[in-house]
Amino acid sequence: MQSDIKRLSLILLFAPFALWIALLIILPHMGMVVLSLREKVAPRVYEFGFGNYIDFINEPIYWNTLLRTGSMSILVTFLALLIGFPIAYYIAKIAGKRSRGALFLLCLIPLWVSDLIRAFGWILLLRETGVISSFLTDIGLIDQPIEFLYNDITVVIGLVYTVILFMIVPLVSTLDGMDNAMIEAGYNLGGNGFTVLRRIIVPYAMPGIVSGCIVVFMMTAGSYLTPILLGGKNSSWFTEQIYDQFITRFNWESGAAFGFLLLAFTSIVVWIGLRLTGQTLANTVAKS
Amino acid sequence: MASSTKNQAFLLGYRAYMAAFFIFLAAPLVAAGSFAFNDSLFPALPWQGFTLDWFFNDSEPKLGMFHDRRLLRGLYYSGVIGVMVSLLSVFVGTTNAFLFVRGNFPAKNFFYILMILPLVIPGVILGISILVMASNIANGVEDRFNLELEFLRPGILLVVFGQFSFVTTITSLVITARLKKFDTSLEEAALNLGASRAQVLRTVTLPFLRPAMIAAGIVAFLVSFENFNTTLFLVGSESPLTITMYDRMAKVGSTPVLNAVSFFLIVGSGLLALISVVIQRDPKS
Repeated sequence: MQSDIKRLSLILLFAPFALWIALLIILPHMGMVVLSLREKVAPRVYEFGFGNYIDFINEPIYWNTLLRTGSMSILVTFLALLIGFPIAYYIAKIAGKRSRGALFLLCLIPLWVSDLIRAFGWILLLRETGVISSFLTDIGLIDQPIEFLYNDITVVIGLVYTVILFMIVPLVSTLDGMDNAMIEAGYNLGGNGFTVLRRIIVPYAMPGIVSGCIVVFMMTAGSYLTPILLGGKNSSWFTEQIYDQFITRFNWESGAAFGFLLLAFTSIVVWIGLRLTGQTLANTVAKS
Repeated sequence: MASSTKNQAFLLGYRAYMAAFFIFLAAPLVAAGSFAFNDSLFPALPWQGFTLDWFFNDSEPKLGMFHDRRLLRGLYYSGVIGVMVSLLSVFVGTTNAFLFVRGNFPAKNFFYILMILPLVIPGVILGISILVMASNIANGVEDRFNLELEFLRPGILLVVFGQFSFVTTITSLVITARLKKFDTSLEEAALNLGASRAQVLRTVTLPFLRPAMIAAGIVAFLVSFENFNTTLFLVGSESPLTITMYDRMAKVGSTPVLNAVSFFLIVGSGLLALISVVIQRDPKS
């Protein structure tokens, strides 16, 4: 009797989970893979084949875009970690008790502002008639307005800006749980600042670092607005190719193949990252 | 002595770095928000004086956001979608929390990883995969039974499903974290005092979870409201606000009314985020 109730409640709890994961995650992705393996041989006639993937390999623009998206995303992730780690460390370990909460709040509040508004703000600052350009002409530093938009550096800065809080917030929580005595012990044993950082702080914070990196990398590689708005028509971001195939050309088969390629590519990068750092998905992303 | 001056210089530099970072963080938001109050037809310098026209004016060329029908409709659809996503994802998030904290079943770790997965799948791919499946079902039903299932075509319901598919991971993690802190002896005490299981759930366990459920609901609403990537592929004729704004930006070019919307959204989401943080804070600490 008792065990029957237990089993029933387990089934009732499992049902929403199973429906969610099966109907909205697993089946749609399987459907996407199946669709990507359909080749159009004549109007409204399809047959099984790898044609969409062969097209991808044969067209350098496609795989160049994917490689470019991947490498720029890795660069953005690295920069976000490099810029964000000192910020997180300051908030968790150096700031006084009062200012710590305030600083963390300053990071949490803009976290959920839309990418669109962030990119819009950057456009207003950086375009030829924008704030920075007109300020520089007004004080006489430059003679003619400068266009800061539509280049790779701006895209990278904009992407780092969009994702950096998703790096800082998990890092603060991880570093917050670290006992200060560990750092002091490191110094007392004769370590200098760099050794303490490398041998004690970084290894301790590794789950937070990896978690932040995974989320940031996936968000960057999957982002659409920031590269398009800040990089212009020729930003060559892979999500743009997917959108192009799906919506503009109405070629769903090839769009599905591109989607699967992006997913496979980013998953491989994340898998390599987890392997290199000796972490797992369960003890990193799940903890944040 | 030497080391302390060196330390002081280091700390000063560190503080300057922190200040620079927060200026970097605020700059685009300030730019996007403040031009809403500039009395000019373009969101650019020079400053022409303060105005509230971009919020409240009721005629062209300076049509304020609260009189702009399409923007208001976008805001309404975003609100509807946000509330639906938030309710659904908090419900499933709560059952997930009980499932993974209390339940005992084979391959639990594997299922736990499945639960986290949607968070690391790029939003664009969630969007297209759900679009493909819904269209497949709708086409199949249409071919076989000659029945048009309108709700499986791009529109509000698909947007809700698309956002719900990854927002649920966030709500599950937030509520799971809270449920893990729960002291089960409280439940036992209530049971010993004669309460039924349902009563215990309603009067002891759920009140304990309430702050986390509210905070998760707010976060779900905010994520839904600002989502663009997944929504882009699933949207029908009822565009939520981010899509309306993007269209306006790409087609008409930017006018300060978009700054007014930005200001409204920055302040609104900031306040909601603040509430979610305050609610989750432990009253004891």
